[in-house]
Amino acid sequence: MEIAFLLNGETQNVSVDNPTVTLLDWLRETKGLHGTKEGCNEGDCGACTVMVTDADGSKSLNACILFLPQLHGKALRTVEGVGTQSDMHPVQSAMVEHHGSQCGFCTPGFVMSMVSAHANGATDHDNQLAGNLCRCTGYAPIIRAAEAVENAPRPDWIAADQDGVSKFAKPTGPTTSNELAAWYLKNPDATLVGGATDVGLWVTKSLRDLEQVCFLSQIPDLAKIEHRDDGLHIGAGVTITALRDAVADIYPDFAEMLRRYASVQIRNAATIGGNIANGSPIGDGPPALIALGATLTLRRGDERREILLQDFFVEYGKQDRKTGEFVESIFIPKQDDRLKCYKLSKRFDQDISAVCGCFNIFVKNGTVECCAIAFGGMAGTPKRADGVEAALIGKPWTRENVEMAMQLFPNDYTPMDDMRASAEYRMKAAQNMLLRYFIEDTTDQPCVLEVSS
Amino acid sequence: MNHMKPTPHDAAPLHVTGAARYIDDIPMPKNALSLAFGLSDVAHGKITAMDLDAVRSADGVVAVITADDLPASNDVSPSVHDEPMLANGTVHYIGQPIFLVIADTHLNARKAARMGKVEIQPLPAILTIDQAIAADSKFEDPIRFLKGEPDSAMKSAPHQISGSIEIGGQEHFYLEGQAASALPQENGDMLVHSSTQHPTEVQHKVAESLGLPFNAVRVETRRMGGGFGGKESQANALACACAVAARITNRPCKMRYDRDDDMMITGKRHDFRINYQVGFDDDGTLQSVMMEHFVRCGWAQDLSLPVADRAMLHSDNAYHLPHAKIISHRLKTNTQSATAYRGFGGPQGVVAIERVIDEVAHYLGRDPLEIRRANFYENGQTTPYHMTIEDSVIAPLVDQLAKASDYANRRLAIESENRANPDAILKRGIALTPVKFGISFTLTHLNQAGALVHIYADGSVHLNHGGTEMGQGLFTKVAQVAAHEFGLPLDMIKITASDTAKVPNTSATAASSGSDLNGMAVRDACHTLKGRIAAFFAIHFETDAAVEFVDGMVRAGSHEMTFADAASLAYQNRISLSATGFYATPKIKWDRMAGRGRPFFYFAYGAAVTEVVVDTLTGENRILRTDILHDVGASLNPAIDIGQIEGGYVQGAGWLTTEELVWDDKGNLRTHAPSTYKIPACSDRPRVFNVELFDNENAEDTIYRSKAVGEPPFMLGISAFHALSHAVGYAGASDIYPNLNAPATPEELLRAVYRNADGTDAF
Repeated sequence: MEIAFLLNGETQNVSVDNPTVTLLDWLRETKGLHGTKEGCNEGDCGACTVMVTDADGSKSLNACILFLPQLHGKALRTVEGVGTQSDMHPVQSAMVEHHGSQCGFCTPGFVMSMVSAHANGATDHDNQLAGNLCRCTGYAPIIRAAEAVENAPRPDWIAADQDGVSKFAKPTGPTTSNELAAWYLKNPDATLVGGATDVGLWVTKSLRDLEQVCFLSQIPDLAKIEHRDDGLHIGAGVTITALRDAVADIYPDFAEMLRRYASVQIRNAATIGGNIANGSPIGDGPPALIALGATLTLRRGDERREILLQDFFVEYGKQDRKTGEFVESIFIPKQDDRLKCYKLSKRFDQDISAVCGCFNIFVKNGTVECCAIAFGGMAGTPKRADGVEAALIGKPWTRENVEMAMQLFPNDYTPMDDMRASAEYRMKAAQNMLLRYFIEDTTDQPCVLEVSS
Repeated sequence: MNHMKPTPHDAAPLHVTGAARYIDDIPMPKNALSLAFGLSDVAHGKITAMDLDAVRSADGVVAVITADDLPASNDVSPSVHDEPMLANGTVHYIGQPIFLVIADTHLNARKAARMGKVEIQPLPAILTIDQAIAADSKFEDPIRFLKGEPDSAMKSAPHQISGSIEIGGQEHFYLEGQAASALPQENGDMLVHSSTQHPTEVQHKVAESLGLPFNAVRVETRRMGGGFGGKESQANALACACAVAARITNRPCKMRYDRDDDMMITGKRHDFRINYQVGFDDDGTLQSVMMEHFVRCGWAQDLSLPVADRAMLHSDNAYHLPHAKIISHRLKTNTQSATAYRGFGGPQGVVAIERVIDEVAHYLGRDPLEIRRANFYENGQTTPYHMTIEDSVIAPLVDQLAKASDYANRRLAIESENRANPDAILKRGIALTPVKFGISFTLTHLNQAGALVHIYADGSVHLNHGGTEMGQGLFTKVAQVAAHEFGLPLDMIKITASDTAKVPNTSATAASSGSDLNGMAVRDACHTLKGRIAAFFAIHFETDAAVEFVDGMVRAGSHEMTFADAASLAYQNRISLSATGFYATPKIKWDRMAGRGRPFFYFAYGAAVTEVVVDTLTGENRILRTDILHDVGASLNPAIDIGQIEGGYVQGAGWLTTEELVWDDKGNLRTHAPSTYKIPACSDRPRVFNVELFDNENAEDTIYRSKAVGEPPFMLGISAFHALSHAVGYAGASDIYPNLNAPATPEELLRAVYRNADGTDAF
């Protein structure tokens, strides 16, 4: 596979033998660029953060779970390409002045996240840096550095990177969803790679060799998102970042949950199609989408079928997907916003949910008219709380009825017991989430993230 | 009072541009090889057969080594030679290295390492503290400290409480995983690069593994990407593996652990159970305290004995215990061998006595700060190990912090708000906890350091010492000492990698001692050089005026020249411009078996106030504000010291909140990557974070009257744990003490919310 991209302003033409070589390994082992660090090799620590620019703008990504061919046609910046000791990027000099580095190992990754945020004018530093772990500083001096350069000018090379990416040729492999459908029918054993935030781990942690892969990021029409009269149409290749922007105004609590979905770097790569297709029982996208009554369009060759998202998940590790069939798009029907999402984890940011409960309860004249409640982390698949819903529907929306419905959770779910939480804690917290929804709906108690000293 | 400026870390410009080199960044010769260990998947058992054919024939594999193939010693233990590098017939934990793969690339080595077929006949595995107690599985007989008559004082105390706390371990999560490389030299010598806090120990272990004298091995460490104690002894295995592989293949070899391997193989902070009994009067004055420590040490001894000792030595924290009995059990289990971690057992000891104080306050219905104040040490009182306290500043320090943070009013406001709104989902809590931490290695002979200082003929200075840089800013501080002594700007001082060929017989950079010991050794070397130049000036210029080194100049009376000219002149006149320095900490003497003596040269003090909010439906929580006042003596570098305090606090709070290590019932560590083990992220730091240095010169004659700062601030994080306890104390069904175990994860906090008066905590 022949690919071309800009590396720190210079064109690279690379002949790729192994399509799953990671960008991190290529930078460090082939190019001898050692500024980008391996901290965890699974996209959780951010030490390998790089900045990738294309026509849509600049974004930070984790190089450890990014496959080299995904760079085709883009402009890549590593820490070596943003500034030197004698000519630092404002972020770099601020990190020195504010004592933002101690051991220094996480620092290049922080610098790259900060350079990307700065390029985009983002000043929500806690969110921008949620995907970068530091064990030395306690983060305070890093935030001081980030705040100090909020208004510093952007270096010229950012615009140059954006201009420079238009010159590259079309990539090899399918570039439209029609081409993909035909190709996948012929190559049903191939691995479809969205953002590689999950598949990347098959390679870096499970050490699997993937014979044949297809990169969906080169199929622009899969990444379309459309607000229509009937609702929101979301292509499978839409990144979590783009999805969050799209739902920010219509389902703000969904957007807030997506703010805590992994990290900026992961959200910039991960796609909603991948989040659904991999069938994880703890992926946070499906519970919210199920609660919103989302449907899925599955495509096989020229055939398409539509199913309720909740029906896609058959059992743990098994989805209703035929050979050669792929998730093409997701549809959320238009509705009033009654959705609340409760993502429970040991750590607020960049943590996989122990329980993710999504509630969409419609109340008319004091009575529950209809409702959809879906959970991740409470069964082998994302799953509706049928019994609880039935107990609520048609009943007055009162604390007494809510507490009665809470007792029915054990009929709907048998949660798992693992390192993230015990089964009984998951159950209790899930029950309490319904109570929280009721209390938030009927009083004005703040959430724990909204309180200050 | 500060002698020194808040200069940035010497390597900061390298860090931020990606130019700072760590082990894996050092270019290797083209023929270099990469290594990976094949690991045990059984917690305890006999190896009955090993089929490594698939490993040997895997892509890129050059050789595979088992215990039988080693040229000399098979031991990477820092203490009692009980830790084979490769399992020798028996495996003792899941994650233990059994064989070593040597391959062309890191990825090929990792892939091949998973292809081994090792048959292991399981033996009974001892995994938990309870199982170890039941089996009497231990490393040594219990150690006891005894002061006064704790039994009779307990009986005669007006009130008694007894209880127990479980304190979880902690993964270091240094961002740079363990790494080493070895380059064969002529005549069988070996050059080793190691990410280690203890180059001398790596030198010794590598020499033993090759069957060579120490002088055949040179170890160099420029910097680590974090250490926190995790690279004090855990670096040995990789360095020895590289050296042995380099010997066998006669090619350079490099090894780094993938993060999951790192967490599966290496030791962590010791987890503890501490049972306690306390007798006290109506005012909360402690009359008798008895503690029983159960320490889960893992499978090999490593540094567990001194770690467990230091936990005992901090059973008093900042409080006078007139009668005390501390017993410590060092339990052997089939889990990773627990090792050094920032505080070295001290934090676990402090957690227990702070629990005692908090529970006494709850019993008496008083603000815990009142009970703390009632029991603070006064100078002249003695510790449970019979050392007289001479330098305590804890009472005035806490007074200053309580005032600056408005602790009393904020506590009142929180309590009235919580009482007035019993149905509120969110509850706040606040706590002030102090720390007193003993400074010195308890193994007395380790309290020594050496330095080597050259002045070149152009006046530039080359500095070397026995300490290692892991991010704590040691090199910057030590260079500041040299610059200060010579009256030179900092950029005239070249900081060089730690190197066993330059300064021999060094101690680990540990026990917070780095700048105390090495700063003094460097000053000693500088004094020697200044003395030689001064003596030369006296003769050369025929003057008896004192010679001064200031502002880049050397002056003797009316004679004045630049430092560079002075260096050149001294060289021309055949004056030696290279000197070693040495320092040995005075006054310390310690008998660990008797539990008596002066193990510490001095103490560092500090205190923190933390305010939190807890969601009582889920246990989710937030640190809202933290105020810290900490004693670093006369600071060597206020910016670096504040960095240590902020970072130490967040790491300490992480230990007691989100950082949970979970082993399953087979002894398999289930939290072995950042996806499952959660250190604090950016937004977990306190939103309001006020850190001040306490104005206090060290009472002892340390380097410019400064104090050690590496470990003590870690324990300031305990205030977060007590603030959470305060918050959930208002949330439960009854008025019982929350009795939190650590870490206080959301699940643990929710259990406390639902805990019933009968002590059961089923939801």
